[in-house]
Amino acid sequence: MNVLTSFCNNPANWFFIKLAISLIYMVGMITFVSVFALFAIWLERKISAWAQDRLGPMETGGFHGWLQTVADMLKLLLKEDIIPDAVDRPLFKLAPYIVFASSFAAFATLPFAANLIGTDLNIGIYYIVAISSLVVIAIIMAGWASNNKWSLFGAMRSASQMISYEVPVALALLIPILMAGSLSMQDLVSVQAGGFWNWTIFGGGGFKLPFTVVALPFTVLAFLIYFWASLAEVNRCPFDLPEGESEIIGFHVEYSAMRFGMFFFAEFANMFLVSGVAVALFLGGWYAPLPFLEVSAETSPVLHNIIGAFWFISKSVILVAVQMWLRWTLPRFRVDQLMHVCWKVFLPFSLANILIVSLLVVLFNQ
Amino acid sequence: MELTLFIITALVALGSAIMVITRKSPIISVLFLVLTFFCLAVFYVMLGAQFIAAMQIIVYAGAIMVLFLFVLMLLNLRGDQNWEVSGPLRKWLGWIAAGGVLLVVITAIQSVTGFNTELDPAVGTVSSIGDALFNRFLLPFEIVSVMLLGAIIGVVAMVKRKPSTEDEEEGGEA
Repeated sequence: MNVLTSFCNNPANWFFIKLAISLIYMVGMITFVSVFALFAIWLERKISAWAQDRLGPMETGGFHGWLQTVADMLKLLLKEDIIPDAVDRPLFKLAPYIVFASSFAAFATLPFAANLIGTDLNIGIYYIVAISSLVVIAIIMAGWASNNKWSLFGAMRSASQMISYEVPVALALLIPILMAGSLSMQDLVSVQAGGFWNWTIFGGGGFKLPFTVVALPFTVLAFLIYFWASLAEVNRCPFDLPEGESEIIGFHVEYSAMRFGMFFFAEFANMFLVSGVAVALFLGGWYAPLPFLEVSAETSPVLHNIIGAFWFISKSVILVAVQMWLRWTLPRFRVDQLMHVCWKVFLPFSLANILIVSLLVVLFNQ
Repeated sequence: MELTLFIITALVALGSAIMVITRKSPIISVLFLVLTFFCLAVFYVMLGAQFIAAMQIIVYAGAIMVLFLFVLMLLNLRGDQNWEVSGPLRKWLGWIAAGGVLLVVITAIQSVTGFNTELDPAVGTVSSIGDALFNRFLLPFEIVSVMLLGAIIGVVAMVKRKPSTEDEEEGGEA
């Protein structure tokens, strides 16, 4: 024990200690994302079954087929990984991992609770937007390396969609940033403390009553624009043109087994990511909807974090479920409609929204 | 520790930069360029300029490289076919251009006198950059944005097709 204490007290070793803590956090996060992806795939099947008046998986594992996705994952792992002859092998092999890595890297600044965050960068939200934009590169890599004109078309369609929708997503995220006056994730969350009426979506975000009422329509609009545009960012319905599995040939048509699985793994990680960002910026982050439902940090720091993580994950999972509900309810957009909605509807609305909210912030800021 | 990290990143950056200019396929070159930019972003983080690092990734590695990839795929370049200049002349032109760049870099390095190892932590933050852009360099900043706007309008004007007979025939279906 003494050895450990002296090791920890020596500043020369702090780098290793930081490294060890980061590694532990990273492994924990990977475990969380994997378990979440398994759960989310099961949830998706159940919600699709509910939307289509079926039962969905019922056999594997007993209760409502909860082991079904574990079995599917095992199947994917054991399947033969077929790599066509004419592909660019290194790129073809690398692409699925880059897709997953760039969406996983964004989890580093996602605030699960007061102290449960990889690193509270002073540009946290901007880092998330930046690092998740690398997915586009990986998708083009996958499509091009496949040496198949259909996957190349799919990759280009996908890339143009994701690049276009990054614009309204970033513009909508500027509204909470303007109100909180910071890019750090924990700052953005902490201005929303004290009940759901202080959440940014309801005009709170660190401001008091007269501002709240005036700003309410604009903050709700910002949230809606973010949520819809982020659906396109993660290729969910009604914007799932890149990978409408059964009807449209997407960029991953040549992939099989676990490499194909990685793309879906990344998609479900991304779904949680965009929901988590929406929760952190608009829906009060890890704060409970009512103040008496949380444990203050003075009473018990550990419990404070656990309850915070509970609220954060619950809110995110609810948003993920809404994404799935939309997918099985709405028909798909056509490519030209998709671009029309982005550039001619979302973009002007979010630009006007920024002007109005900045004006309000300047007027009401004491 | 930081030195070790710096050396590793610098080696990766140099290695990928060499790969950019030696690979035959332009697509592979662009992907190595992305890696180089990523390493540069790591350097920015080490210097405490996190905002510039994120900017590097979103603008260069994210947007501009995707644009490069699109252009390359649309042009469908293969090997070195469509060259205007060929033979020894091309080689010599290459040497002259590379020598010019080397000269510029050497003069730039020689003008540096002493390194400031004390980093100002506020230099790369959002507020200091915003302050510089909107107070000190407001006019150049606005002129650059007007220039970019002009480029966008130019592209739209060029792409917009004049109504021709072909379009009128298609008009019935649309």
